Amino acid sequence: MADPQLLSNVRALVGREYGRVYAWDEVNAPMIRQWCEIMGVDNPLYTDPAQALATVHEGLIAPPAMLQVWTLEGFHANNYPQGSTAENPYEVLKLIEQYGYAAVVAVNSELSFTRPLRLGEKLYYTTRLESVGEEKTTGLGTGFFVTLVMSHFVEKPGGHDEAVGQLLFRVFKFRPAVRAAAAEAPTQAPATVKRPQPGISDDTRFFWEGCAQGQLLIQRCTTCATLRHPPAPVCIECHSFDWDTVAASGRGSLYSFVVMHYPVVAPFDHPNPIGLIELEEGVRLIAGLVGVERDQLQIGQRLQVEFQTFDEALTLPLFRLADE
Amino acid sequence: MSDSSISGRAAIVGLGATEFSKNSGRTELRLALEATLSALQDAGIDPSEVEGFSSYSVDKVPEYEMARLLGCKDVKFFSQVPHGGGAACGPVMHAAMAVATGVAKVVVVYRAMNERSWYRFGTGTYGFASTPIFENVNYGWYMPHGFHTPAAWVGMFAQRYMHTYGATSEDFGRVAVAVRDFAATNPNAFFYGKPITLEEHQASRWICEPLHLLDCCQESDGAVAMVITSAERARDLRQTPVMIKAGSQGIASGQQIMTSYYREDITGLPEMGVVARELYRQSGLGPEAFQTAVIYDHFTPFVLPQLEEFGFVERGGAKDFIRAGHHARGGKLPINTHGGQLGEAYIHGMNGVAEAVRQVRGTAVNQVPAVENVLVTAGTGVPTSGLILGAA
Repeated sequence: MADPQLLSNVRALVGREYGRVYAWDEVNAPMIRQWCEIMGVDNPLYTDPAQALATVHEGLIAPPAMLQVWTLEGFHANNYPQGSTAENPYEVLKLIEQYGYAAVVAVNSELSFTRPLRLGEKLYYTTRLESVGEEKTTGLGTGFFVTLVMSHFVEKPGGHDEAVGQLLFRVFKFRPAVRAAAAEAPTQAPATVKRPQPGISDDTRFFWEGCAQGQLLIQRCTTCATLRHPPAPVCIECHSFDWDTVAASGRGSLYSFVVMHYPVVAPFDHPNPIGLIELEEGVRLIAGLVGVERDQLQIGQRLQVEFQTFDEALTLPLFRLADE
Repeated sequence: MSDSSISGRAAIVGLGATEFSKNSGRTELRLALEATLSALQDAGIDPSEVEGFSSYSVDKVPEYEMARLLGCKDVKFFSQVPHGGGAACGPVMHAAMAVATGVAKVVVVYRAMNERSWYRFGTGTYGFASTPIFENVNYGWYMPHGFHTPAAWVGMFAQRYMHTYGATSEDFGRVAVAVRDFAATNPNAFFYGKPITLEEHQASRWICEPLHLLDCCQESDGAVAMVITSAERARDLRQTPVMIKAGSQGIASGQQIMTSYYREDITGLPEMGVVARELYRQSGLGPEAFQTAVIYDHFTPFVLPQLEEFGFVERGGAKDFIRAGHHARGGKLPINTHGGQLGEAYIHGMNGVAEAVRQVRGTAVNQVPAVENVLVTAGTGVPTSGLILGAA
């Protein structure tokens, strides 16, 4: 579920217009010729002045698909012509990222044209944050479709600038579905490593929703009252499919434990003590141990649950030594 | 025993293997074929005669490609046993069942993996996805806490076992020292010529308390294959027949994969108890019948409860057995005479079955005198399997 604060911050930005980004050069024949050569375009309308003169255009025009080319930043990053805005039309992506949606993928790039461009015309564009969709989950992960529209204009004397085309650019800004770190590494290397998300099914969802509410819930068979953890769709004792939950007291004792040293795997601390905890209600669960030195640990110690939220997304029950 | 028992009906008649290494430098398919052709040659059986295949999960070499490349004609039986190392003895049992029932006259079992150079099991990152299939959901109880390596999952049982029975890290160390002693005299072992002392074990770094580095086997590349046919035909082949006297798989109540922490007691391996009772039932043998045994040793702690499940000692008594050195060279039940997975290589237990074959043939590098019967066990902490191999 998306953070309400994030949603309200994002909504406040939708509709915002960002200032002009100017072209370095006016529309010119050498740039057109090179672009056509590289792209394998051989239409004489773009490169042969004599033939172009004989058409309805009465002269050379730029290939429409070059619309974006004229206002690119140049060879070096963020190198825009003087007078261009310093505003960042992608600020909404940075905002969303702060809430744990680290990854981005471009999904649409749609050009539309009002009229052809002629040699000597000078362009600029402005950007509008068109929309940010509801949180959606795709095969890639969970996040937001963000749509920006760049409107391109030709400068005219007296401020009568003329709209010549638009670029609709849509990205998916998302939190990746949990998958092999090795597979993620090439594209995700700069992102902070997060705790693995648990697989959650209809049989187990209540547990994680309980954690998010600060409750440690145990599944209970409503036919024979047997408690069970890990959760399951059916009672081991009577095979009833009917169940509800009870809130555990959060108190228990250390039934067994390990202290993880190697391999060191982000984002976990090492050494990392892990307990097998027997709750006073009788069921056991695995959980991280906090606030303890590794040589303090002893089987039988009294423990108390506490909840910690990681990456603003995952609330885990952890245990520390209980005050006796 | 009823007539339908598999006991004594089939025999291992061919054995092949590649070298064991940390980087084989060739495909798993090639490793499987090298080992299989070597095993068929060892048996004196033409590849075109193979009518069945069995392997086990994590192995990615498909039997149909093996059959195609070997030139097999009529393949009537194939199986792949689940649960990785826990399956190690399963394919031999499946092959014996296929042969005993007449479904297939010659069956090849194999295991080929570049486990070290292509995969690695202990990295702590497994890519369990969020799709709610059972395995993803199940590991969701562990991965978010960073409880994510086989050493850690075993360690949780080991800590409770130590607490309950007074076993110590040094007892685990004595297991490692004994198998490394065997490995030191096995030229095919990783640790040939490299024995360790108990002090070195204790000084080795923590992997996951209570397990030191030297409590853990090393991931390995390599392949092992065997040929199984009927006891009748085995008599006419070139090798000393190694009879399959019993085979069983085992799942016990409260079974999970590496995390059966919710049983009333977690100091035993009840699935191995299932295997033990069935092996003894099929063979009519008991713990006194073995001159040597191959006890699965990916991690030292689980060797102890296995000795208990098979009745070599009473519950909790394994530490005394080990302190007395009964498991070591010259002891009353030397175990893992090839060096085990701790010392020879981690070929998911199939190299242990191979060692049992050599002990029965009388060709082991650390040969135990007058071997009649050898017990072999498979991976622990998971649904498992076991075999009794013996002389005809």
